[in-house]
Amino acid sequence: MSEGGAKPWDTDPILRVEHLTMRFGGLTAVDDVSFSVGREDITALIGPNGAGKTTVFNCITGFYKPTEGMLTLDADGGDPFYLERLSDYEINADARVARTFQNIRLFPGMTVLENLLVAQHNVLSRASGFSFGAILGLGQFGRAEQDAVDLARSWLDRIGLLPRADEAAGGLPYGDQRRLEIARAMCTRPKLLCLDEPAAGLNARESEALNALLQTIRETDGTAIFLIEHDMSVVMRISDHVIVLDYGKKIADGTPSDVRNDPHVIAAYLGVSDEDAQALEARP
Amino acid sequence: MLTVVAIVFFGRLALNLFVWQAEYPLAAPFAKLFTSEPFERRDLVTYAVTCIFGAAWIVTGLVLEEAVYGVLGTVVLLFVGLGLLRRAILQRFPDLPYAQIFIACGIAFALFFPIVSYALESVFHLGLPLRYWFDLSILILTYVMLGWGLNIVVGLAGLLDLGYVAFYAVGAYTFALLATHFGFGFWMCLPIAGAAAALWGVILGFPVLRLRGDYLAIVTLAFGEIVRIVLLNWTEVTGGPNGIAGIPKPTFFGLPFSPFAEGMTFSKFFGVPYDGLYALIFLYYVILVLALLTNLVTLRLRRLPVGRAWEAMREDEIACRSLGINTTLTKLSAFATGAMFGGLAGCFFATRQGFVSPESFTFIESAIILAIVVLGGMGSQLGVAIAAVVMVGGFEALRHTAGLQAIFGDEFDPALYRMLLFGIAMVGIMVWRPRGLVSSRAPTIALGDADTISGDLVRQGRG
Repeated sequence: MSEGGAKPWDTDPILRVEHLTMRFGGLTAVDDVSFSVGREDITALIGPNGAGKTTVFNCITGFYKPTEGMLTLDADGGDPFYLERLSDYEINADARVARTFQNIRLFPGMTVLENLLVAQHNVLSRASGFSFGAILGLGQFGRAEQDAVDLARSWLDRIGLLPRADEAAGGLPYGDQRRLEIARAMCTRPKLLCLDEPAAGLNARESEALNALLQTIRETDGTAIFLIEHDMSVVMRISDHVIVLDYGKKIADGTPSDVRNDPHVIAAYLGVSDEDAQALEARP
Repeated sequence: MLTVVAIVFFGRLALNLFVWQAEYPLAAPFAKLFTSEPFERRDLVTYAVTCIFGAAWIVTGLVLEEAVYGVLGTVVLLFVGLGLLRRAILQRFPDLPYAQIFIACGIAFALFFPIVSYALESVFHLGLPLRYWFDLSILILTYVMLGWGLNIVVGLAGLLDLGYVAFYAVGAYTFALLATHFGFGFWMCLPIAGAAAALWGVILGFPVLRLRGDYLAIVTLAFGEIVRIVLLNWTEVTGGPNGIAGIPKPTFFGLPFSPFAEGMTFSKFFGVPYDGLYALIFLYYVILVLALLTNLVTLRLRRLPVGRAWEAMREDEIACRSLGINTTLTKLSAFATGAMFGGLAGCFFATRQGFVSPESFTFIESAIILAIVVLGGMGSQLGVAIAAVVMVGGFEALRHTAGLQAIFGDEFDPALYRMLLFGIAMVGIMVWRPRGLVSSRAPTIALGDADTISGDLVRQGRG
């Protein structure tokens, strides 16, 4: 692990994970993991299968309650949110953390546009007077809905799905579904976007398009991105900060080039001989 | 003899349709009547031969004075004739909005049927069984309304509710108790009954929020039974098995329909002689308006955020939560809205019967309403309405089946076979149309012209 000097993501992180531990019965899936996610970074969480990456993710997005640890989301200005105390929907609605899923979870029987409108539910629901107003024709619902459609339209334009806006989401090709899920998460106007294996199942060209999309999200929308990924071409090319987990423990944390040369990481991914393993364990 | 002929004919047809997939199955041309595949020359020959047979049967029936042949021949001719007519219209005008025309015709029929039939009867004295027709159509409309109400919970939100009749009961008893104890009228009680049922919807909603699928179904089933058993045993309040009688009829803006009422009545006010049918026609329009109100509110809610959240929850609840939707509130709102319409229907039921007892709110009622929703196609307003008409009307039609008696002999009492036929029909529809009559889903918003979404993509919810 690289010591020496505060890393940029430690000085002003959007998310600080401290001593996160998650146990399922006797199994410790995540063991005392601490790291920070920088405000303007693309942060990648990598590790071999079963390392506990998705568990960390589910703790951050509220789908699991961590056994121990503290998750502080410091959105600019206001009071920090302690994510371990919020329920899953509050983490999106209040703390503004959006996520996607490893196996895509769209609303397959609804159109692409409807998927993006459901994502703007809380804004629209308030504008509709929680439906009581809008059902009587009161309030500004029409205006709010038009704004929501415009936002959805701009996202569809960015992911190249505008011509298919009125088709069922379940009928889209796999790559389009992946991008739609990201656009849907972005329609909740998040401060932090968590992506669980966004490049899984994509071909080289689609993966390239995904990289470009993620970079524009970071640059133009000012949303921090935290992703789990197996595809090293994505990780090494776009991320500013890489965290490596193995058997529930953090084994490396640094820039992509730091991590690439870290002997622990090489050992975790490629395996090592017994003597080397002992030598590695002897190191601090 | 005739039974044998019928069995052989239809048996051969069925075998051809489903078992022998011959190169040119006999049934193929008949199947084409329901699709838009192009005709072949030999299809037309088949139709001609069938029509000749049908006509020959009718002639035989007329000559021998046997109703049987006439019925069979008419059925065959109607089947082929209507099928060909459908194909001809489709070919000439392929782009007409058939669903909308169908809906408009249905609503127009519902609106004018009582007035027109009453006018015809009073002018021409045809001896139409108007009272029976109105009673039956009121019953059908009640089930249409209940189906639409349950459709919110089951079809849109995807929450399997086997105890819907509980809310129907709550609405009915709310009105019955308020009317008999405090003298409240129907119109005043209608919103109260809706609100009471919605409240009970929320009360049921809380304990079942964490349950899904089968477990949800079991608990809602139990809730329905609890309500019924409480009504049955809480004798001091509900009268137990004796029920509550003497529930007032609705008034026409304060004018009662009864001939015995003191003061101004409907007949006196309008200067027409008293006729019991007026009250019935009025009830018909009350339930028609209530049912259409249910439909309009549902259609509007579908286009509002809460309706989209219901459907999204049916599609994927976890994804909903990841998008910041409070699924607890969303589920409760679905239960409350569905229950409210059940309560309104219950209030109407109480005033129509003038009497309520726990016997009217058994599990079979819940099952019939659920069957209407499932048969109609979950989430489809049109499908549910058709299914209600077919189920309730069809059930009733089995009482008068001179045609069936002509085939199976005079001792044949179709009423005894109603449950059997009902079951066969259910199995048949579930085999041919497993997602109900109307399985496609109409998008709630579109940038351009949106097609309906195939039922294969739409999920049915898991709880």
